[in-house]
Amino acid sequence: MIEAAALTKFYGETRVVDRASLTLTTPGVTAIIGPNGAGKSTLLSMIARLLPIDEGRAFVDGLDVTRTKGADLARRISVLRQENGLLARLTVRDLIGFGRFPHSRGRLTAADHAKIDEALAFLELGPLAGRYLDELSGGQRQRAFVAMVLAQDTRAILLDEPLNNLDIRHAVSMMRLVRRAADELGKVVVVVLHDINFASAFADRVVAMRDGRIVADGPVEAVVTEAVIEAVFGLPVMVREIEGQRSCLFRR
Amino acid sequence: MSDRRLLSLGLLGLAVLFVAGLFVGAGKLSLAQVAGGGIDAETLRLLFVSRIPRTAAALLAGASLAVAGLLMQMLSSNRFVEPSTVGTSEAAGLGMVVVTMLFPGAPVFAKMLVASGFALAGTCVFVALIRRLRLKSGLLVPLVGLILAGIIQAMAHFLAYRADLLQSLGAWSSGDFSMVLRGRYELLWIGLVLCALALLAADRFTLAGLGRDVSVNLGLAYEKVVALGLVIVSLIAAVTVATIGTIPFVGLVVPNLVTTAMGDNGRRVIPFVAIAGAGLVLGCDLLGRSLRSPYEIPVGVIMGVAGAAIFLALIARGRPAHG
Repeated sequence: MIEAAALTKFYGETRVVDRASLTLTTPGVTAIIGPNGAGKSTLLSMIARLLPIDEGRAFVDGLDVTRTKGADLARRISVLRQENGLLARLTVRDLIGFGRFPHSRGRLTAADHAKIDEALAFLELGPLAGRYLDELSGGQRQRAFVAMVLAQDTRAILLDEPLNNLDIRHAVSMMRLVRRAADELGKVVVVVLHDINFASAFADRVVAMRDGRIVADGPVEAVVTEAVIEAVFGLPVMVREIEGQRSCLFRR
Repeated sequence: MSDRRLLSLGLLGLAVLFVAGLFVGAGKLSLAQVAGGGIDAETLRLLFVSRIPRTAAALLAGASLAVAGLLMQMLSSNRFVEPSTVGTSEAAGLGMVVVTMLFPGAPVFAKMLVASGFALAGTCVFVALIRRLRLKSGLLVPLVGLILAGIIQAMAHFLAYRADLLQSLGAWSSGDFSMVLRGRYELLWIGLVLCALALLAADRFTLAGLGRDVSVNLGLAYEKVVALGLVIVSLIAAVTVATIGTIPFVGLVVPNLVTTAMGDNGRRVIPFVAIAGAGLVLGCDLLGRSLRSPYEIPVGVIMGVAGAAIFLALIARGRPAHG
């Protein structure tokens, strides 16, 4: 599905992503964690062809992302960055409709409308379908963009810090949605997260990055440990199982 | 009201304005005269050589300048830009000065093409500047545009002064329909073709307005779409500069009014933007023709006053802060 081989990105002399390799084949949620500047978003952007790759290669369904036509990739992988829709006085329904662009090239068929309705229902946006994006709250707008990506109907979905600017209630409901997209729709979801606990609560697999390198990659129990987290973030922490949920707490 | 009915209503309004445009002016011609069969050769000449071309020119210029403004706003993700505030029109004027200095006898069409080239270059400098400065929203973008426009205009003035072309430059940089006669405005039809092209590519421009990341994600050839948009905007600016001169504020006020009411979906709003732009410019021209008849006030002046007032009202009403 997704294969990144020794991806590298330079900003000037520094390697912001340093030979990062990642393979994703099965449905599920993979969280990328790490401190600020670890290269998480840059790695995601290279896989999603939003940034040029300096070294290494990335494939989606065996297609090299730097050589494949944008429209072909857009039916296989979707990506959502943090800042979207600067000039977006579109209705929620119009926006989600644009998610069908790779399939319809602008001429929506009955099948497209069905997908749009599905996405609206999945994100419980039905009542807001006719509202303009600039009239929504931050959380609602974020959900509308996720619905657009769902309507795009790709097997792989990359989300770059989808919890930014969301309060804890909206953050939890966003992660539940991500979980459901993997469980019910069979999506391969990669999500960049700041908060270790969201990763440990909702992800199947956690990839930890530091200084551009992937330093740990495995199931939650293997990566969310005191030793790994301390090494990645450079901070002493306590990792505890609380009612079956692995949680990471900082030390005073 | 459905979009279709609103559209018919708009077209009807334009038709009324068009008829009014035929009968307002210094030469004697009235509806009663035409209805009474009092048309002689002289009247017909007035109608076909002056009135119809002039009215058509106002409609065409208004529609295409408004659409150019909308495209510019989508492509720069900023509500406060239009061709005459980012240097596009000024660069077209500079192009006209340069080509007139070098090839005074060149046909208007050739001069217009050169002006388009200059306009495109000027617009590209603007786009490069706001990307380089990482400006995305707010009032800094139009400010940078205004500064650039000022620099280009100063260059044009300097050259025009040296080459004794200041009067021509004045004509190119301030819109006026009083010189429009048959044979002198037809380039403006290109603007209508460009509007149609913009409508055909409307979805792509709307997507581009959502930013590069969203566009690329959806498989849009973002850079190509931006390039296409900039070419359309530059051609429209050059065509208007070469024929009737720049009209300020149309590209700013009309798209803002229309998108506030109807949203940013290009496919939906482009026809309305075109109709509203055409109506506004023709309306302003009619006003300019009748306010101190038989003298005229240039449309650029009327539009400057009306446009500034509408624009201030828009800002004061404070639409959602999306820059």
